[in-house]
Amino acid sequence: MSETPANKKQMDPSKRTWLIATGCAGAVGGVATAIPFVSSFQPSERAKAAGAAVEADISALKPGEKMTVEWRGKPVWIVRRTPEQLAALPKIDGELADPKSERKPSELTPEYARNENRSIKPEFLVVVGICTHLGCSPSDKFQPGPQPSLPNDWQGGFLCPCHGSTFDMAGRVFKNKPAPDNLEVPPHMYLSDSKLLIGEDKKA
Amino acid sequence: MAEFKELPANAPAGAKLVNWFENRFPTVFAEYEKHMAGYYAPKNFNVWYIFGSLAMLVLVIQIVTGIFLVMHYKPDAALAFGSVEYIMRDVPWGWLIRYMHSTGASAFFVVVYLHMFRGLMYGSYRKPRELVWIFGCAIFLVLMAEAFMGYLLPWGQMSYWGAQVIVNLFSAIPFIGPDLALLIRGDYVVGDATLNRFFSFHVIAVPLVLLGLVVAHLLALHDVGSNNPDGIEIKGPNAPKDAQGHPLDGVPFHPYYTVHDIFGVSVFLMVFSAIVFLAPEFGGYFLEYNNFIPADPLKTPLHIAPVWYFTPYYSMLRAITSEMMYALIACVGLAAVLGVVRTKLSSTGKGAVLGAAVVLIALMLAIDAKFWGVVVMGGAVIILFFLPWLDNSPVKSIRYRPDWHKYLYGIFVINFVVLAYLGVQPPSPIGERVSQVGTLFYFGFFLLMPWWSRLGQPKPVPARVNFAAH
Repeated sequence: MSETPANKKQMDPSKRTWLIATGCAGAVGGVATAIPFVSSFQPSERAKAAGAAVEADISALKPGEKMTVEWRGKPVWIVRRTPEQLAALPKIDGELADPKSERKPSELTPEYARNENRSIKPEFLVVVGICTHLGCSPSDKFQPGPQPSLPNDWQGGFLCPCHGSTFDMAGRVFKNKPAPDNLEVPPHMYLSDSKLLIGEDKKA
Repeated sequence: MAEFKELPANAPAGAKLVNWFENRFPTVFAEYEKHMAGYYAPKNFNVWYIFGSLAMLVLVIQIVTGIFLVMHYKPDAALAFGSVEYIMRDVPWGWLIRYMHSTGASAFFVVVYLHMFRGLMYGSYRKPRELVWIFGCAIFLVLMAEAFMGYLLPWGQMSYWGAQVIVNLFSAIPFIGPDLALLIRGDYVVGDATLNRFFSFHVIAVPLVLLGLVVAHLLALHDVGSNNPDGIEIKGPNAPKDAQGHPLDGVPFHPYYTVHDIFGVSVFLMVFSAIVFLAPEFGGYFLEYNNFIPADPLKTPLHIAPVWYFTPYYSMLRAITSEMMYALIACVGLAAVLGVVRTKLSSTGKGAVLGAAVVLIALMLAIDAKFWGVVVMGGAVIILFFLPWLDNSPVKSIRYRPDWHKYLYGIFVINFVVLAYLGVQPPSPIGERVSQVGTLFYFGFFLLMPWWSRLGQPKPVPARVNFAAH
């Protein structure tokens, strides 16, 4: 090797062209090989198929109570709100980040829930119990009044234990909290007065 | 092929055996000479120089205990929690192996944080050791990934919700975020698919990367030579050397520092064993109590916090609220104005600074604080990589810096501990304010370092290291 000086005259340009072409072809092959490996990170067909709608029986739910059903592995809350809780909702609009549910409406709030109560029937709130910040499940703080981690004029709602985001009784997020958006209202519909179907609505 | 060395026929059998190997595998002998017996390390190392060796020891502990844990662990969402309990209760001595692994994880971070602080104090990242430092920062980053993925495996409540939060961090990235988070989880929520891939990464992929980086870290270190508490180059062109060219201020790593390190290892193992046997949960800091409850995807525990070694960064994440964004925007604006008024950039350079600041502020207003929280958290680690170019002090070691530099480093440490403490605590309005100030200080310390590290009168640096024979 050492007796061959790095001399341009001795370089064979046609060989170099083929070396470059071979190198490029090899790179394309490498990328093509990576595709199946990266694709294997995607949800499997089985995981995709597991998203069926679930039914919930709400006949036993009393005012002020909450029940949780699992839909697509996520907690969905059904809260039967008291008249006082409903009456408190419009009063705090000024403290909320998005009181009218105008942000990302197609993802977060179906048309039939774009109202002050964020629900079809005013009494029943149906939301996915996953904080829009980083995916923790907020805890119930239905009792109004001062308490740890909450403001003194607390009207009842939810507190996320992870980063302190607060939501009102309609799942609307308060201003200046880490969570950017209101809790997601999943597609849902009433099959009867006591039966709720979560995961599907009339459009579907 | 190298020439065969022949020993006389009456040479001892042991010498003949060594010679037989040396003729056939000389690399081993050359490398031993280069990295052990012939590697000269400064003779003035103090106690801070034990943590590199200890980090290697903990790595070995983690690999060995990990191999044995995998023999009994089941990476299946339905079985994982039970299999860890099985290891703890039914596998003979399983509890010991598991506690060694869980305590080893925390010990790893204790040792690595102290090792990094040593580098910070004595300027070990400065020329020519920039790459040693960068490989080290990469090890720290990879170690965080390794620890995070390992923490999911017991499939307790903290495992589950910790993973849920961290994976969701990625979904905060504009445009690609939600798909990226989906790709990481392999399902719409953290589930069996996530557990399986984290197991694969934790057990195979990440340790391989980690080992490669450790080798690079050590090879780069041995190429440029170790720094020391005085920050004096013992192998520099003007450094005093003996007739063979060995530095007078250095001693061979073996036997001097191997024996020295065995002592350090003994002390470390006493502390380590005390924790493993007497307080393996360490008051809920090494093993969080909520992780003794099986993962429940429908219910977040009332108080969730990451393990202690992530909490300073977690505090910074929590500190970025939409209110805090205004403070950050003010900082960016101020920096841009100072850049224009106080520096000697050309007018196009100044225009570029202003333009970049305007674009950044526009993005900061347009994108959620949630994303910027993630940027700040990631940036807090990434900024360490740039340390060699942020420090403009004329001397390396803190020993010869102006005294107020020591106080500044002291405040930096206190600030880091306060952030770590707040990250363990539930969110509170006062804690939020303190963590916001702490975050600004953390970034101010590094980003303003090019300016403050030049200030003050350094003390004269001696020609030889400070060393008293003992």
